[in-house]
Amino acid sequence: MTAAVAAPPGATRGGSPARPLRMLIGIVGVAVVAWLTINLFLSVAWFPGVYFHSRPLMAVVGMIAGLGGAALLFYFANIFVESLPQRLAQGLIPYVFLLPAFGMITLMLLYPTVQTVNYSFANNDSTQYVGLANYSAIFRSEEFWLSITNNLLWLLIVPAVTVAIGVAVALFADRLSTQGEKVAKSFIFLPMAISFVGAATIWRLVYNLDADTGLLNAIITGFGGEAQDWLRFSTARLNSLLMMVILIWLQVGFAMILLSGAIKGVPEETLEAARLDGANERQIFFRVVIPQIRGTILTVFITVLILVLKVFDIVYVLTNGQARSNVIANMFFQELFTAQRAGQASAIVVVLLVLVLPVLFYQVRTFRQENR
Amino acid sequence: MSAATATGAKPVKPKKQPTYMKDGRPRSVASIVVMIVLALLWTIPTLGLLVTSFRPREDAATSGWWSAILNPFGAGWTLENYGGVLQGQDMAAGLLNSIVVAVPATILPIMFAAFAAYAFTFLEFPGRDTLFVVIVAVMVVPIQVAFQPMLDLLGPNGIGISGQFVAVWLLHTGFGMPLCLYTLRNYMSTLPTSVVESAKIDGASHYQTFWRLVAPMSMPAIAAFATLQFLWVWNDLLIAKLFLNPSNTTIIVQLQQLLGTQGQGEELVQAGAFISIIIPVLVFFALQRFFVRGLTSGAVKG
Repeated sequence: MTAAVAAPPGATRGGSPARPLRMLIGIVGVAVVAWLTINLFLSVAWFPGVYFHSRPLMAVVGMIAGLGGAALLFYFANIFVESLPQRLAQGLIPYVFLLPAFGMITLMLLYPTVQTVNYSFANNDSTQYVGLANYSAIFRSEEFWLSITNNLLWLLIVPAVTVAIGVAVALFADRLSTQGEKVAKSFIFLPMAISFVGAATIWRLVYNLDADTGLLNAIITGFGGEAQDWLRFSTARLNSLLMMVILIWLQVGFAMILLSGAIKGVPEETLEAARLDGANERQIFFRVVIPQIRGTILTVFITVLILVLKVFDIVYVLTNGQARSNVIANMFFQELFTAQRAGQASAIVVVLLVLVLPVLFYQVRTFRQENR
Repeated sequence: MSAATATGAKPVKPKKQPTYMKDGRPRSVASIVVMIVLALLWTIPTLGLLVTSFRPREDAATSGWWSAILNPFGAGWTLENYGGVLQGQDMAAGLLNSIVVAVPATILPIMFAAFAAYAFTFLEFPGRDTLFVVIVAVMVVPIQVAFQPMLDLLGPNGIGISGQFVAVWLLHTGFGMPLCLYTLRNYMSTLPTSVVESAKIDGASHYQTFWRLVAPMSMPAIAAFATLQFLWVWNDLLIAKLFLNPSNTTIIVQLQQLLGTQGQGEELVQAGAFISIIIPVLVFFALQRFFVRGLTSGAVKG
């Protein structure tokens, strides 16, 4: 860090417009800053003793190294680019600004995607190619098809229900007084801040099999029914449905925020015009409001859809896929860490990737249309 | 709740003529009733957590938490569960680890993404649309793809930082980058381009324009993303579980392990859950204003 800070005085000393010097300062600066930042980060990992094993200190060092490193890196890169002939500089500067962000995306998302596809054709130590063996193994596995069916159920139910409740909440909240709306909405979106694990913990109290301590069983026995072990109740996939309730409970707040904004943005004149034409409230809602907030509905739907495809924590914590409740992401985890079958685990991720592809194409297409 | 019930109490009497609110709209009794019911439904599960976490072990094992609410003075209350999880389960350390993981991992992606978003918004260059399409596409890619390759790369056979905080900062920075870039770029494109152009005429470099003009103006979007990323990192189970040593692990992983322990008292688990939930909830409500504004204006396109 200190050496990097010491570099700029050199820049002012050589203040003359001599461009080769600025170019040199830029290159040396970038190299020194990059070297120092990387080493600072590695030192936090490798030699915690240097930081007296103090975690807060490591966090502070990490932030300073990251933010300071990034700022100085761009600073020196800027000096370097500006020392070049103007036309070259103008052409180069956008790529310089993009490079670090794209470097990270390449390292942590693009390269691993390619590598995972690669691993999916290899054995469990990734030392030898085994052709399609991993795929044929998972396609022959009953658990895999069970997980796929469950995932499809989650996909069919959760986004649609979340959007429907979100619209309803936004609509009703819109008719409250300003203060009432604010308070009511806070209650709905409080769960947004809760982790999946925390939510599973909370809902465990509801689904507890003990009729004395489980809320759902207490209600059912109260009405003369019989207490059930809900999370193991696999008839009609009831346990999966009950876990979907948790995810919906978490996500409605997000849906409500976006949809409420959209509903408030619907021009009053269009509603007036519909009323003058004699439309009732129901017709106004379905024929006037819904078409105008269609874009937002799709955004919310897609966002929840992507989330649902990767649903893992809730299932992992509550049933770990037992009682016919497994999903793809949980099966991946089981294969990779419990069964230590890296090859099949990779094949499962590739299947997940393929399932995501239609959403990906849709997103890209929408983006292209919006930015034409 | 009190405010909602207060507004709900008044308009029940007159049946035919609707009463009116301050802003002149008619008061809708049906909406008030529906919202109260929904707010209750949404709150009851969390209330169960809160109540159970303050109950003695015997009570929590034999009677429902609602019985303690219905008879608050007859029921026993205790703070022992919190002491139990913070010390006995070492959740105090987990809480600290969560902060050490979440704060840098929230802040680090912003600087890199902001520069890139500036380039995407205000600079013309070949390949701009194609590169942004890559961002849009990558946002959808499940992070599961990264686990095995990144475990190899960061593990003992690679650079050997797996298990340390640095590994998790790096991963969250990478995984958060596409959304951060997307959010900031969408927000920046609502800023007036004339400001940037006049700065250029005044001879400011792009670096200066970014620092002096665009970064300060983008603060609402930065705050919105930071809230989202903080919640995401704090609440993450998978990355923390796979890439952190047991001594560095976060409170969410500890909670998951506590849940998996057979015969663990529900009151302890719920106290642990409350501790893990309270910080993100406070952050969320503190930054809610930015978050809602960021989401509804430009951060996510409607």
